[in-house]
Amino acid sequence: MRTVIFRSIAPYLTSLMVLFSIFVLLRGHNEPGGGFIGGLIAASALAIYGIACGVAPVRRAIYFHPMAISAFGLFMSAMAGVLSVFAGVPYMSGLWIYPHLFGVEVALSSVLVFDIGVYLVVVGAIGSIALALEERDRD
Amino acid sequence: MEPIFAILVGALFTVAIYLFLSKHIIRVLMGAAILGNAVNLLIFTAGRVTREVPPIIGGDTDTLSNAAANPLPQALILTAIVISFSFFAFLLVLGYRAFQELHTDNSDEMRVAEPMVEQSPPAGY
Amino acid sequence: MSAAAPGATFIVLMLPFLAAMIAPWLTRRLGHNAAWLLALAPLAIFIHFLGFATDVADGGIVTGGFQWVPSYNVSFSWLIDGLSLTFALLISGIGTLIILYSGAYLMGNAQLGRFFSFMLLFMGAMLGVVISDSFLMLFVYWELTSITSFLLIGFDHTREASRRAAVQALVVTGGGGLALLAGLLVIWNITGVTQISLLLNYGDELRNSPFYLLALFLVLGGAFSKSAQFPLHFWLPNAMEAPTPVSAYLHSATMVKAGVYLLMRFNPVLGDTVWWETILPVFGGTTLIVGTLLAIRQTDLKLMLAYTTVSSLGLLVMLTGFGSEHAIAAAVLYLVAHSLFKGGLFMVAGLIDHEAGTRDVTKLGGLRKAMPITFVAAMAAAISMAGLPPFIGFLAKEEIYYALWATDPWSLAFVAVAVVGNGLMFVIGFAVAIKPFFGPAVKTPKPAHEGPALLWLGPLTLGLTALVAALVSPFTHRFISSPMASAVAGAAEEVTISVIPHMGPALILSIVTIIFGIIAYRMLDHLRAGMASLLAAIGWGPDRGFDQFISGLVRLSGGITRFIQPGRLDIYMTVTFLMIAAALIGPMAWYGEWPAMPVWPEDVQFHEFVVFAIVIIGLLAVIYARDRLTAIVSLGIQGFAVALIFMLFGAPDLSFTQFMVETLAVVILALVMTRLKLHASDHRPTAQKLADMSVAIACGVGFTLYLMAVTQQPFNTALSDFFSAYSKVVAHGTNVVNVIIVDFRGTDTLGEIAVVMVTGLAILSLIRIRTSRVKVADNDPDLPPAPDQTAEVR
Repeated sequence: MRTVIFRSIAPYLTSLMVLFSIFVLLRGHNEPGGGFIGGLIAASALAIYGIACGVAPVRRAIYFHPMAISAFGLFMSAMAGVLSVFAGVPYMSGLWIYPHLFGVEVALSSVLVFDIGVYLVVVGAIGSIALALEERDRD
Repeated sequence: MEPIFAILVGALFTVAIYLFLSKHIIRVLMGAAILGNAVNLLIFTAGRVTREVPPIIGGDTDTLSNAAANPLPQALILTAIVISFSFFAFLLVLGYRAFQELHTDNSDEMRVAEPMVEQSPPAGY
Repeated sequence: MSAAAPGATFIVLMLPFLAAMIAPWLTRRLGHNAAWLLALAPLAIFIHFLGFATDVADGGIVTGGFQWVPSYNVSFSWLIDGLSLTFALLISGIGTLIILYSGAYLMGNAQLGRFFSFMLLFMGAMLGVVISDSFLMLFVYWELTSITSFLLIGFDHTREASRRAAVQALVVTGGGGLALLAGLLVIWNITGVTQISLLLNYGDELRNSPFYLLALFLVLGGAFSKSAQFPLHFWLPNAMEAPTPVSAYLHSATMVKAGVYLLMRFNPVLGDTVWWETILPVFGGTTLIVGTLLAIRQTDLKLMLAYTTVSSLGLLVMLTGFGSEHAIAAAVLYLVAHSLFKGGLFMVAGLIDHEAGTRDVTKLGGLRKAMPITFVAAMAAAISMAGLPPFIGFLAKEEIYYALWATDPWSLAFVAVAVVGNGLMFVIGFAVAIKPFFGPAVKTPKPAHEGPALLWLGPLTLGLTALVAALVSPFTHRFISSPMASAVAGAAEEVTISVIPHMGPALILSIVTIIFGIIAYRMLDHLRAGMASLLAAIGWGPDRGFDQFISGLVRLSGGITRFIQPGRLDIYMTVTFLMIAAALIGPMAWYGEWPAMPVWPEDVQFHEFVVFAIVIIGLLAVIYARDRLTAIVSLGIQGFAVALIFMLFGAPDLSFTQFMVETLAVVILALVMTRLKLHASDHRPTAQKLADMSVAIACGVGFTLYLMAVTQQPFNTALSDFFSAYSKVVAHGTNVVNVIIVDFRGTDTLGEIAVVMVTGLAILSLIRIRTSRVKVADNDPDLPPAPDQTAEVR
């Protein structure tokens, strides 16, 4: 698997896939996509990078331990539900604000925060599994 | 369309269960992977099958068109796919670790928790 | 009563539990002197209940409590009438003395705090049993007494005998408690009430119900096991493994009387029938005789007393069963008298054991000089037990004979039983109270001397109470006996007996008893030897039966476990899937609800057929793959085909997810499989293959038929319409699937991602277990392995 071509392409491929995964995540509310799919794409990106260049560079690249990312995502999702406390509505009610940034209307919502949490959980957990297995593979 | 799906689901279940009944953990694992697909398709079919139109509301309307697919089973299946994958990964690692510890992939020979010659429970007080 | 009484009573009911909580801490600070403080709790309870005495003596019934589950009539409520008041006074009064006694008896024991705690817990539970008005509360407290008794019997848990006795008591009394629960439920079902105070109006309804016998037997099961009636008596003597304060308190004065309490409580509603008036006297009488005969056999002071407790309980059950006015009065008097003298005698036995180092009656003698106060206390208790004036025991015995005496054969038989039983109890009483104190001084393991005040205070107080209660009998009757007898009879009743003997059959029977007792006492050694050889000849008893029962149970459950858990995965799987197939096909076959023959869809397009065919081919290839790589690839093929199906039928989200998952699955499967030197091919013999295949096909056909049946039903679009209608308008999302996941069912998704994360953690820990044994290699080609790599990367 560790051919020169693959190893050369892998970083670019991975960056592209991660970028694409974020795109899929953000468009998920209106077009096919969402946190689960985006997370899986990003996890696959990590797995590809791991296969091509080894696991340690991946771990260095993502900086945090994958399970920490996953835990943070879970926390974020749970907190997205708690946000509704401030609006005086039941847990997990969707909240929307439409601030204007640079003249463009941007839709921000607690639902989006929740979906990003899902994304992080999936990236962290699945990525962690894949990396751990790849590590086992070569020893 | 549903009868064909029913037969397909039956085929998936049959193969998954046939693999499950094998004594070898690798085959059991593959059975688990197929079983996930079988159940997902079962839910999918139970929510009725329509062609091609995804459950996405068009720009100028407020509700789904009548031709659109049923969104509820899809939402159920989407999370089920991810969970069954993580479950599959867990089984895989479990089987792998069991093989390393017990040096066998035959479930009949994995007798650590339930040994062949089990001691009688203690009779004293 | 004042308005504050309900709250005060509630606090009083909780007081022992609160005291139990602080007991260990207090004991750590104060040592055995904590007893003085802890005894204040029962003393306060005693004083509180004394406050009800006048009300109750005037025929009042105090009830109170709180609703808990009103729809089911479940409440926390209490009922204070003559019966419960007398019990409450006995429990708290004797409890005060016992706590003090325990402090001295277990002085220096490292577990003294725990002991106090258990004792107070028991006290609270026992108080609850007798005060409870609601069935549920009665049952909970009832079982709590069994559990605290278990803890106290097993207090010295390093000895096997203690553990055995504790388990035995728990099994017998706890099992009886379950019978009681069932009985209470039956009564509830018949009458529709859950409170004892209300139940009293439903006596006729209960007695005429077709389920009367069921209720009766179940309640009797509870009462007889708790009050150690033959043949369930065996646990009580074994319970003597407990420290002596426990024996004095639980196993003579209070807990074992819970069964008698129950019978007395239910006498107005369950009694007055042929069954009641046959079963109770017969079992009680048998227990009386068996208990005394077995007591004769013993030489251990505590065991002698324990067996006479069994017989006294038999006597009480017998009297309750007679149901006549005088029988009830006799039962009431005897119950009070027994608590006083038996508690006292146990404490004396403990005191002798504590100071002389043995409680074997054959190794004791001449302690009168060394332990004068103990001797006085012992004599007081023994005279009361023997039924001699001027103690309350005498009143009780006179009343018993008065109640039993009649000239029909049935009554005469019980008179004979009572005379023999009382005569033998007379013997035991004096054997315990006279034998150790008179005669030549015997060398004891410890040089005997008088014990500390804390130890003799209890028995002496109880002896004095027994004396005073008899001397001022009109007062006793007004406040104790008459209200209690009225409560037991369910009608107003007056107890009048006094210490001045009246000529009549009762007195003659008393004299006969005493003469019989004196003769038997002189022949005690012969009787003992005789009983010993008789028991040796019988050889088997319920005690050994219990051991056989328990070991049989263990063997049986071991056998069943081995049968249903042979430890073979394929058997478990086969059974599971057979059940699934049966569950799918069975109901359809049973009700004839087979799906209609499906109509072949006309519009299936070619590319759709191709995708379906790919799934099937992939499946077959997985089964028949010769090597593992083929199997993995085939698995991937069927997975991708399923993803294509999702794509073709309007589920792009699913399709993408499926694609990603299948890719990852194939990758990690390949990663792991290359590490395993395994064949993915099948090793099963053909016959096994055929059997497995038929199970699998049965399941598959079942699912197909099931799905066809489901899809042939009209489709309910309510949910889909809801999501379609609100997805954009309310949740501002046009991808309905995603809106459902993150918004409508967000909390559900939260749970699901938590599962994903936990799985990740589980996998990491599974892998990490190995790192202790196998060297972890880093596969980074560009980086020289750093020494601290393992610590960093995990």
